[in-house]
Amino acid sequence: MARQSTFTPAYALRTLGAWGVALLLFFPLGWLLLTAFKTELQAIAIPPELFFTPTLDNFHEVQERSDYLLYAKNSVITSVVSTLLGLMIAAPAAYSMAFIKGKYTKDILMWMLSTKMMPAVGALVPIYVLAQKSQLLDTQLALIIVFTLSNLPIMVWMLYSHFKDIPHEILEAARMDGATLWQEVRMVLLPLAMGGMASTGLLCLVLSWNEAFWSLNLTAANGGTLATLIASYSSPEGLFWAKLSAASLMAIAPIVIFGWFSQKQLVQGLTFGAVK
Amino acid sequence: MNRLLPRLLLTPAVATLFLWMIVPLVMTIYFSVIRFNLMQPDQSGFVGLDNFEYFITDPSFGTAVGNTLVLLGSVIAITVALGVAIALLINEPFAGRGLVRVLLISPFFVMPTVNALLWKNMMMNPLYGVLAQVWMFFGATPVDWLTDFPLLSVIIMVSWQWLPFATLIFMTALQSMNREQLEASRMDGANYGQQLRYLYIPHLGRSVAVVVMIELIFLLSVFAEIYTTTGGGPGDASTNVAFLIFKQALLNFDAGVASAGALFAVLLANIAAVFMIRMVGKNLDK
Repeated sequence: MARQSTFTPAYALRTLGAWGVALLLFFPLGWLLLTAFKTELQAIAIPPELFFTPTLDNFHEVQERSDYLLYAKNSVITSVVSTLLGLMIAAPAAYSMAFIKGKYTKDILMWMLSTKMMPAVGALVPIYVLAQKSQLLDTQLALIIVFTLSNLPIMVWMLYSHFKDIPHEILEAARMDGATLWQEVRMVLLPLAMGGMASTGLLCLVLSWNEAFWSLNLTAANGGTLATLIASYSSPEGLFWAKLSAASLMAIAPIVIFGWFSQKQLVQGLTFGAVK
Repeated sequence: MNRLLPRLLLTPAVATLFLWMIVPLVMTIYFSVIRFNLMQPDQSGFVGLDNFEYFITDPSFGTAVGNTLVLLGSVIAITVALGVAIALLINEPFAGRGLVRVLLISPFFVMPTVNALLWKNMMMNPLYGVLAQVWMFFGATPVDWLTDFPLLSVIIMVSWQWLPFATLIFMTALQSMNREQLEASRMDGANYGQQLRYLYIPHLGRSVAVVVMIELIFLLSVFAEIYTTTGGGPGDASTNVAFLIFKQALLNFDAGVASAGALFAVLLANIAAVFMIRMVGKNLDK
């Protein structure tokens, strides 16, 4: 690796260019962050005010107006539970396909991925009717079931590609030494697979947290997630941008910060190991 | 190892996915041939292919299919082209690279409803939006984005969300390039343009395929961005197939017609799936 840290014109240009692009792409989010701490008047001031005394009033008002905590709780519960449930169903399947390869393994994998291609809207009416009939409309449980199932193909794929990278020999050696299946899984496989499980879980957490189609269509005031809460601000009731920004910030901050720390695993995971 | 175990381990995943696929599909097929209005539950009965005829002859249908394809094609083209450019830009070391990465990836984690409202209000509002301010600064008349260019506005929002993903995939791929080969080409007097053409771009082929595949999965059913901003309008100008079906089902309450539309969406997705599976299938054997 030829790492040049010497200062050259090319280096300076690259630094300038990269920062320019990054700031431009980040700008909308930065703007949201600023607006959340403005008063409503400052938020629509022309020309925009860049220097102002920050206020926390918007955050209080959002909580009072729409019970942020209820929606946040729904978001946390639905995304965490569906992720754990998904891992529990997907991991055994991925294990079996990665280590005990059968005649139909590849076909099963392909079929699973193809179910993910089926657009959610294709299942809208039946799922809506089923939820209605079973009294699950506007409940956390409905979203948990739907999130688990719709993330399952991605989870199996990601885990499969992680498991495939674990050398068979290690497992065989454990077996030779007389380890039972349970010992093999718990003491050899799990420690090795932890990274893959974690990045799969992280990605599904992000996908469920941000999921909007099913939450908008199946839930409202009781089981709604933060995505539903924010969408309720779309109806124009005048210019409440500061409050809208505060609510948006509260909705995305947990997952964006979370994403910053796990970006590498997340993005690599989504390529199903096809890009190293 | 006995033969029962793999089946036992596979069953939960395969069975749930199978149910998740087949139950809605069978119900959709059934709903699509009966009269089924959520507001008039007393009216029912077999209607044959009437729902299909209604959905397909609806003038909105052609527009929606066109919009879906334009949206899909534009976002993929924009994110791949800009993604490669940015990835090449940040591939070599520079000051503050870690922070730039964090800034670049951020839009990917923003939920679609926030993305949509942020752009609709604070960026694209024709009076107070940032873009309007920029336009006025340069002495131009501000654009009413969502009214005059609704589909383009949605394309911008969705591209903003997916560009970070493409960029990071390409960056990861570039990092695995053979340094010695690059060094050798430089020794032989290859300029950057030649390196780009013969080394960088060919190396990215596979990651482009991955980006296209993932984006296909997620972009065929763009919904929240349209729902929260334009509501599919003005008219049908920004209605895609997903949104059209939603309109039939939950705004017109005509579940029968919506189901016929859904079957069409499934068909569209399957065409994309065949294309995609060919692409990924090759990578799987390796």
